Amino acid sequence: MHAIATIARRELGAYFGSLTAYIVVILFLLMMGGMFWMDFFQGIPELGMRRLFADAPLFLAFFAPAITMGLLAEEKRAGTLELLMTMPVSDTQIVLGKFLAAVTLLIVTFSLTLPYALSISTMGELDWGPILGGYAGLVLLGSTYVAVGLMVSAWTRDQIVSILLGFFMCFALYVLDRVFNNSSGVLAATLEYLSSNYHFQNIARGVIELSDVVYYVSVTAVCLTAARATLAARRW
Amino acid sequence: MPEPSTRPTESRPVSVEVDRLTRRYGDFTALDGISFKVHAGEIVGFLGPNGAGKTTAMKILTCFMGATSGTARVAGFDVAAQSMEVRQRVGYLPETVPLYPDMLVYDYLAFVARMRQVPAAEVHQRIQDTCRVCGLTHRANSFIRDLSKGYKQRVGLAQALIHKPEVVILDEPTSGLDPNQLVEIRDLIKEIGKEKTILFSTHILQEVAAVCDRIIVIHQGKLVADGSVAELEARVRQEDRLTLTARGDADALDDLSRRLRALAGIRRVEHLRTQGPDHTLLLTADPGPHPGAAISGAVAAAGLEVVELRLEHLTLEDIFRALTATAQG
Repeated sequence: MHAIATIARRELGAYFGSLTAYIVVILFLLMMGGMFWMDFFQGIPELGMRRLFADAPLFLAFFAPAITMGLLAEEKRAGTLELLMTMPVSDTQIVLGKFLAAVTLLIVTFSLTLPYALSISTMGELDWGPILGGYAGLVLLGSTYVAVGLMVSAWTRDQIVSILLGFFMCFALYVLDRVFNNSSGVLAATLEYLSSNYHFQNIARGVIELSDVVYYVSVTAVCLTAARATLAARRW
Repeated sequence: MPEPSTRPTESRPVSVEVDRLTRRYGDFTALDGISFKVHAGEIVGFLGPNGAGKTTAMKILTCFMGATSGTARVAGFDVAAQSMEVRQRVGYLPETVPLYPDMLVYDYLAFVARMRQVPAAEVHQRIQDTCRVCGLTHRANSFIRDLSKGYKQRVGLAQALIHKPEVVILDEPTSGLDPNQLVEIRDLIKEIGKEKTILFSTHILQEVAAVCDRIIVIHQGKLVADGSVAELEARVRQEDRLTLTARGDADALDDLSRRLRALAGIRRVEHLRTQGPDHTLLLTADPGPHPGAAISGAVAAAGLEVVELRLEHLTLEDIFRALTATAQG
């Protein structure tokens, strides 16, 4: 636990010590803000953040890999992975520390959009259910994309390859439910279940169901395990 | 170990024990059944041309990589079965110095110290001590990216020492340094070696002679020699060379050569050069005790005067070439 926290702390220090974190946070806030105000001024006759949460999964598919692209790829390129892997910490601890750092950065970013929710809550009776659900969904979805990005980052020493593969995989997860739009059948249902957006929209309605949470947790676990296995494979 | 220097090395505990260690990458055999022991407090140089298998051996000893077969024990623990115990007791400087350029030296060392399980209360003191040993005190608050190559190397060394490891493994710690930095880092290694077991690799021959108690020569994945510089020299030596400088009349040289050739143990005599009244000859002799008095006698008999008589030591290059050539054949 101690080692995980130490790794996460170093990684967060690296995020805020360089421009990466600021650029990612600012761009994400600009886009979320844009979505929020479009919603606000287009006179939708209800108080809420539906539009913002509707588009967030797409933005996250691009921002999460930007956060994770260097996490392991850069360590491999710079040779610092050899340092980490010869310290008395397990490969699992290395992966979890990195994961925790990226998720923390996302949570910090999301929390900076809370003023939107608070400001509209002063205007009238706000239904907090969908908003809290939306934030919970963002954290779950963000963690899943971070895990995907971390796995991809373990595969290469090139950050560009890492971010492009990350984009592709996160975007693929996002559009999966549109492949057979409005059709039924086992295949369509399966793809829908595998789609990250489908579960996000469920949660953003304000109803957190176990099956949606299970989806995110299991995709995250699979990707983190794959990242760990990639590291472990370097030993042999 | 109260007085390491007065105790014979062999009586000390074994701190690195490698037994028939083999590592293959696909068809390529990087390490081919090497075995050796390093005793506590020894400084051992791992010598070999690039690609000989030095780095592979070190990666296995530091638990970065597994062996295909064979075993290795470091500080009393098996690198495969007791990896965490080994890692706690080893300090490692890989060939590519593992630094985070955007960190301050202090923060970087603090990170490594915490990861290496240095108690939180001791981290600050430990960083200060290590910085002093490595000559980094006045650079502790610099960004690593702003340091020169030599200082980066020192940070790499500091990182390997911060947790007071029993065994320090350094992979080419002096590569890419300028001559001044080279001397500084070597002195540092010698200083550290007073207390710890050090295994370090290099392909620079002078370095092992300057720093090491013992040399292990690896060539094409095989161990070709293991011993002190003197032992290796003796093993390789086929003949001795002596340079003789005699002063006097040049006409007497032919007479001198004839007299020298007649001496027992002298195989060849060559005239190297003449500078003014001084004539320098190269004598090739059987190895072993040299007929110094007889040579002086021959010089006197020829009517000349000895200015200098010197035994030429084999250079490490000679030793190395001889060892690796026999390994190939």
